[in-house]
Amino acid sequence: MTGPYAEARAEAGVETEAPVLALRDLRVDFTGPDGPLPAVRGVDLALRRGEVLGLVGESGSGKSTVALAAMGLLPRTARVGGSVRVGGDEVLGAGERELAALRGRRMAMVFQDPLSALTPVHRVGDQIAEAVRIHQDVGREHARRRAVELLDLVGIPDPGHRARAYPHEFSGGMRQRAMIAMAVANDPDVILADEPTTALDVTVQAQILDVLRTAQRETGAALLLVSHDLGVIAGMADRVAVMYAGRVVESAPAPELFAAPRMPYTLGLLGAVPRPGARVLTPVPGTPPELRLLPRGCPFAPRCPLADDACRAAEPEPVGGEGHSVACVKANEVVARGLTAPELFPADVPAAVREEVPRDGLPAVLRVEGLAKTFPVLKGAALRRRGGSVYAVDGVDLDIRRGETLGLVGESGSGKSTTLLEILRLASPEAGEVELLGHDVRGLTKRQARELRGSVQIVFQDPMASLDPRMTVGDIVAEPLRAQGADRGTAARRVPELLRLVGLEAAHAARFPHEFSGGQRQRIGIARALSVEPELLVLDEPVSALDVSVQAGVLNLLRRLKDELGLAYLFVSHDLSVIRHVADRVSVMYLGRTVESGPVEEVFARPRHPYTRALLSAVPVPDPVVERGRERVLLAGDPPSPVVRAEGCGFRGRCPLYATGLAPEGRSRCERERPSGAVACHFPQS
Amino acid sequence: MTTTAATPSAPVTPVTAGEPTEERPPGRTRVALRRFAANPNAVVGAGVLLLLFLLAFAGPHLTRWSHTDIDYGALRQAPSAAHWWGTNRIGQDVYAQVLHGLQKSLLIGLLVALFATVLASVVGACAGYFGGWTDRIVTFCIDLLLVFPAFLIIAIVSPRLRDTGWLAFVGLLAVFGWMITARVVRSMTRSLKERDFVRAAQLMGVHPLRIVFRHILPNVSSFLIVDATIAVGGAVMSETGLSYFGFGVQPPDVSLGTLIADGSGAALTYPWMFFFAAGLLVVFVLAVNFLGDGLRDALDPTSAQHRRRRRRRKGGRA
Ligand SMILES: Nc1ncnc2c1ncn2[C@@H]1O[C@H](COP(=O)(O)OP(=O)(O)OP(=O)(O)O)[C@@H](O)[C@H]1O
Ligand code: SF4
Ligand code: SF4
Ligand SMILES: [Mg+2]
Repeated sequence: MTGPYAEARAEAGVETEAPVLALRDLRVDFTGPDGPLPAVRGVDLALRRGEVLGLVGESGSGKSTVALAAMGLLPRTARVGGSVRVGGDEVLGAGERELAALRGRRMAMVFQDPLSALTPVHRVGDQIAEAVRIHQDVGREHARRRAVELLDLVGIPDPGHRARAYPHEFSGGMRQRAMIAMAVANDPDVILADEPTTALDVTVQAQILDVLRTAQRETGAALLLVSHDLGVIAGMADRVAVMYAGRVVESAPAPELFAAPRMPYTLGLLGAVPRPGARVLTPVPGTPPELRLLPRGCPFAPRCPLADDACRAAEPEPVGGEGHSVACVKANEVVARGLTAPELFPADVPAAVREEVPRDGLPAVLRVEGLAKTFPVLKGAALRRRGGSVYAVDGVDLDIRRGETLGLVGESGSGKSTTLLEILRLASPEAGEVELLGHDVRGLTKRQARELRGSVQIVFQDPMASLDPRMTVGDIVAEPLRAQGADRGTAARRVPELLRLVGLEAAHAARFPHEFSGGQRQRIGIARALSVEPELLVLDEPVSALDVSVQAGVLNLLRRLKDELGLAYLFVSHDLSVIRHVADRVSVMYLGRTVESGPVEEVFARPRHPYTRALLSAVPVPDPVVERGRERVLLAGDPPSPVVRAEGCGFRGRCPLYATGLAPEGRSRCERERPSGAVACHFPQS
Repeated sequence: MTTTAATPSAPVTPVTAGEPTEERPPGRTRVALRRFAANPNAVVGAGVLLLLFLLAFAGPHLTRWSHTDIDYGALRQAPSAAHWWGTNRIGQDVYAQVLHGLQKSLLIGLLVALFATVLASVVGACAGYFGGWTDRIVTFCIDLLLVFPAFLIIAIVSPRLRDTGWLAFVGLLAVFGWMITARVVRSMTRSLKERDFVRAAQLMGVHPLRIVFRHILPNVSSFLIVDATIAVGGAVMSETGLSYFGFGVQPPDVSLGTLIADGSGAALTYPWMFFFAAGLLVVFVLAVNFLGDGLRDALDPTSAQHRRRRRRRKGGRA
């Protein structure tokens, strides 16, 4: 089975330099109360100096386990087999002392949650100095100076001062920077980063990736970057390895893998990611297999449209060597027929057409103007008194017409969820106006409020948390109807129809939420929201808890429902690619206020507010060519705290235009005057 | 996972799914009942409890002795044809006495646990859910009741309630037995209130009390059931203690507790005076525990599935 890959490999002229990190047939079984769980089933990876290897895969595919095994950090319940060599030293089976010598000096790790990796009771600078002193024979003073240098390297402003701060005084992005500083403190050969930016906002993510790139370049280390985000991988990795059910199913140089994937799963994964230009997403049917009950043969076979008996006979071994290796018996066929994702995984909806309907003629479903909401900040332990206010929402304008999707984007803490809750409360807002289906919520009687509740429904982010675990799916879906006064029989009779509408089966009504996968649970949540035939559906990050291949299915479902039922959506997301894919109009929030809004195409093509520009340039695109070629506007710092309501423009502290591009008069205008209007900036770009 | 998950309903599901008239999907009550019936622990517990009731209320009619009758010709007699479980120190029939005591203890134990748990769950859940003044008042009452010496108050009050009989006594025991449970329920409710499914119900316009009963209480039910099964044993014990000091169940009336207290001195010399009462008490408490276990599993959709999976795998391997 060498085929065409052998030549490719010869051509690529694989360097003979020994890899700094080499995994051979790595196997990890977790022992649990239900018997062994094979989390990693034979992984081969090699990393050379200065190389960035991206490890992608859906949740539970074993990415983190691979990284932890390489660090020798697996818990005792894990049985590990195979070999992990760093330089020439074997990690598996090494004693604690040898491992300690390897960690830090030869390899270092950056975790997803930096707070748990930093000791809360020690100053950040001291912790970094400590890391230096463990491996290098230097004095205390020298180590401290080195710590400040490192903090400077990772872009922490005023490092001498900040080194004396405690971890909790740092923001998430700064902590991650500190972690990277600590990781590179001893010039390691390998840096392992497990989802280093997943917990961060896009603009901060862009900074951290930049820092990681710098740190890697400065030290010449190899980087193993674990991520579920194909965009991040496309921008960072030289080579990409795709994991599925504990195996590497395809690995190739990044440009090649993104341009010409050969394994059906990779094709599906790439087709499922929303990206500019792609109007249909290809959902991969089904869900990743349960590792405990793996089928014989190819683990992807139950979801694969090409699967046949050959696939089910034995698990395909990766072939193709170091160039482009694929574990699929049909890889040649995929290449020969030039199959693409939409051909393999036909989408269940037609491609979207954006017809231009004059908006002004359409009735307004939701109109919000100048909405504000503050929360008290309580001070004092015994006698709690109001010590100030959090300006969570501070001037939000929204406008949704019938059948329209408005995407609401903003970083965490920008007040998206508070805005939604304020709207759905159907009570007088603190300031501003909320008009729902032509009714001002201020003058509502109890009766009217009740009726209006039926016309707006919400779908939550976490599909598990938003379904009562003790209720059957039938009861859950019928609940809004019952709340609207339908009797039990009528409500229950609607259930089968609703379940079928969202692509589930009527028989599922007797089951409980935990018996479903994440995507199915989100469908239940959508069915519940649809039961009262609302006109507006509020979706609060409806797909951010789902894997991409599943997310695509839910996004397609939402599109179909909108077309069939003429729904309007208020779609909140931090993921701009998703917004770009689903929304007709977009509204961008920063620090509790709307800074820019308009038709999606227009805003994405010609952002006018400096913040929108930065946000858009920070979004990773799953295409290495685009990703590497484009210019980025990196924002400085973190979003400021909403507790202080500064005079002038709230974005001033991070605004690149204010920092460099304005005359003194302009600057003082930004400082004095709060911008207002469709684009909340005194100097919008055109 | 979807194909095999709902095993207990599996024999039913295909049938209903195939029928064209799949009108009403079963609600949670029906599902819970079905699961309850499929749970051996629960069925055994419920069965034994039923037998105990049958024994306590039908059993006395089988003998000609009543629990107050005294047979002067048979003092401290071992079990025989005339006195099936023997007689006690003053010639009373142990069988008649124990069954009468069983009646009392069954009723007191179950009713006290039921009242206390219902009170605790409703009050605790409302305090936790509504917060504000409701919460403050309830917390204050709980604290007040906790510092009151319950024993003393029952001792003072119960003689006055003698005419109203044991029901008043049940009420007293319940009133002093719900506070700790209510506190736990209150704090569990406060964390449940932050969960999305409760927020979802609020935004749908579900009535607050309905939220408490449909969402909050079912989600604390595992705790409530465990707590109630313990409370049954506890109630029988406090009744014994109080009766011993002359409150509660008074001679000539008897309960399992008073019988055990009386017979414990003779446990080794005249075992029948002690062991029948003690044995039935143990059976009673065990049955309640089994029933509680089964009920908890039936109400908690996640608990049984675990076990089922394991069983399936074992079956697969064999
Ligand atoms: N300590 C552990 N004990 C038992 N099982 C574990 C443990 N850690 C991970 N697993 C299991 O191993 C499998 C692989 O997990 P892993 O964390 O490596 O996945 P991942 O690809 O990193 O997923 P994610 O994208 O969610 O981080 C999962 O089924 C997981 O439940
Ligand atoms: S081996 Fe077969 S089932 Fe597996 S991915 Fe390839 S074609 Fe699909
Ligand atoms: S008003 Fe000034 S500070 Fe604010 S975004 Fe515009 S240029 Fe920047
Ligand atoms: Mg992980």
